[in-house]
Amino acid sequence: MGKPTKVTNSIRALRFAHGEMTQAELADRIGVTRQTIIAIEQGRYSPSLEMAFEIARAFGVPLKEVFQYPEPK
Amino acid sequence: MSFEEKGTWVYAVVTVSTYVAYLTIVLGRAENVPLTEVSYVSTMLWTIAIAVALSVVGHIAVAISKPSEANKSDARDKEIYRFGEYIGGIALAVGMLVPLGLAMAEFDTFWIANAIFLVFVLSTITSSIVKIVAYRRGL
Repeated sequence: MGKPTKVTNSIRALRFAHGEMTQAELADRIGVTRQTIIAIEQGRYSPSLEMAFEIARAFGVPLKEVFQYPEPK
Repeated sequence: MSFEEKGTWVYAVVTVSTYVAYLTIVLGRAENVPLTEVSYVSTMLWTIAIAVALSVVGHIAVAISKPSEANKSDARDKEIYRFGEYIGGIALAVGMLVPLGLAMAEFDTFWIANAIFLVFVLSTITSSIVKIVAYRRGL
């Protein structure tokens, strides 16, 4: 429990780039609670693949622009 | 705090407070008589009934306090619920070895019934704590 995910995301930046979309607005668009959006933004929750695609669709960008995974060193 | 997390808090607080009330009442009756002769059955049943009623009332109060979030749950809520119930289930299974041992050793039914009740309470508290930590720190 509490294991940090290596997945990073640009949701916060994308929200601001899309008319300063609020967390609540994004949550409504993809059908989750605002708390889940907060948890994803803070890296406390890794969404399912389907939810990740829904977030990317909400911003109209490819998945890789929303979520990133570090290359092995 | 999401509706489901608030509901988890309600369940945890109700469970702890009603069990403490039960213990206070039952132990209060044991001043001049042995504990095994204390009347506890109706008190235990009432405690369970009141805990269920308070949980329902608490959930309704949470829903009324923020109607826009009432009964909203998503994939994360479900994952946290399953994880909490899984850990709570392990606690229940392990804990039940205590009343089983008491029954095999032919202890008084007072101890067996109260051990079962305590294990139920502890497993509920365990699952609630696991869920709350998962909400706060992540799965």
